[in-house]
Amino acid sequence: MPPAITTPADEPALIRRILAGESQLFYDLIRPYEKMVYVTIYAMVRNEQEAEDGAQETLINAFRHLASFRGESKFSTWLVTIAMNEGRRRLRKAKTAAEDPLDLSPEDHDGDFTPAFLTDWREIPSEALEKKEIREKLRAAVQTLPPIYREVLILRDLEELNQEETAAALGIPITTVKVRLHRARMMLQKLLVPYLKEARPARKGFFGRISP
Amino acid sequence: MSIACKNVWEHISEYLDHQLDPLLLREIELHLENCEICSAILDSTRNVLILTADDRTFELPVGYSERLHARLRLIIQGPEPTS
Repeated sequence: MPPAITTPADEPALIRRILAGESQLFYDLIRPYEKMVYVTIYAMVRNEQEAEDGAQETLINAFRHLASFRGESKFSTWLVTIAMNEGRRRLRKAKTAAEDPLDLSPEDHDGDFTPAFLTDWREIPSEALEKKEIREKLRAAVQTLPPIYREVLILRDLEELNQEETAAALGIPITTVKVRLHRARMMLQKLLVPYLKEARPARKGFFGRISP
Repeated sequence: MSIACKNVWEHISEYLDHQLDPLLLREIELHLENCEICSAILDSTRNVLILTADDRTFELPVGYSERLHARLRLIIQGPEPTS
């Protein structure tokens, strides 16, 4: 039997039925969000096994606590909040105090949030963005962002939540979402520009034919 | 140019999200028409965002959904009886 395709509009009714005993409908409820949950945690912990275990835990928790979902936010926002908490929990577990303590402090970073200069970006062929290596560099770069910036970037630019949903999921004001997102994007731009420069072809038209 | 490069950078994110008020937007667009550096920064930031949202950047491991459903089944329906 092909899986039922659910839309956010179906969710309240689906949730009521699950809570009334039709537990097997939970698979239909979460199907559109299975990837979102994994990617959210992966972008935080950057370890496939941890992310997969975390995604399973997130969805099990969502099932067990479905009755506490009040419908004040969207189901996806509620779910991504659980995923974020699971990601944070796993990060805390993985990091020793001596390393990189989990940074959830307010905007006290004196970091340099100016972008990297470049004059030849437009000479980079679009194929540069198709390279697998660039994706790996991006995954690594996302993981190096301080958590407060990374979390906003994950929700806004990866999961494509809007500002209000992001603010609700993280429990921060919209103005803070905007500030953190801007900084996160500038940091990423700076981190990635050198690799995109390296990815330039030796000569026009050659790029993309080099085997990976 | 009435707006400085530094001020343009501060608004790149809002520019990409179409959140600038019309007056500032016009000023920034005028600046971008004449400033190669800011145009390149804008293009590169936009490309980073495209790359971030690209489905291939963060992919699911093979068999993820099957393993997830198998685990959920244990919780939702309980373990299968052994025959």
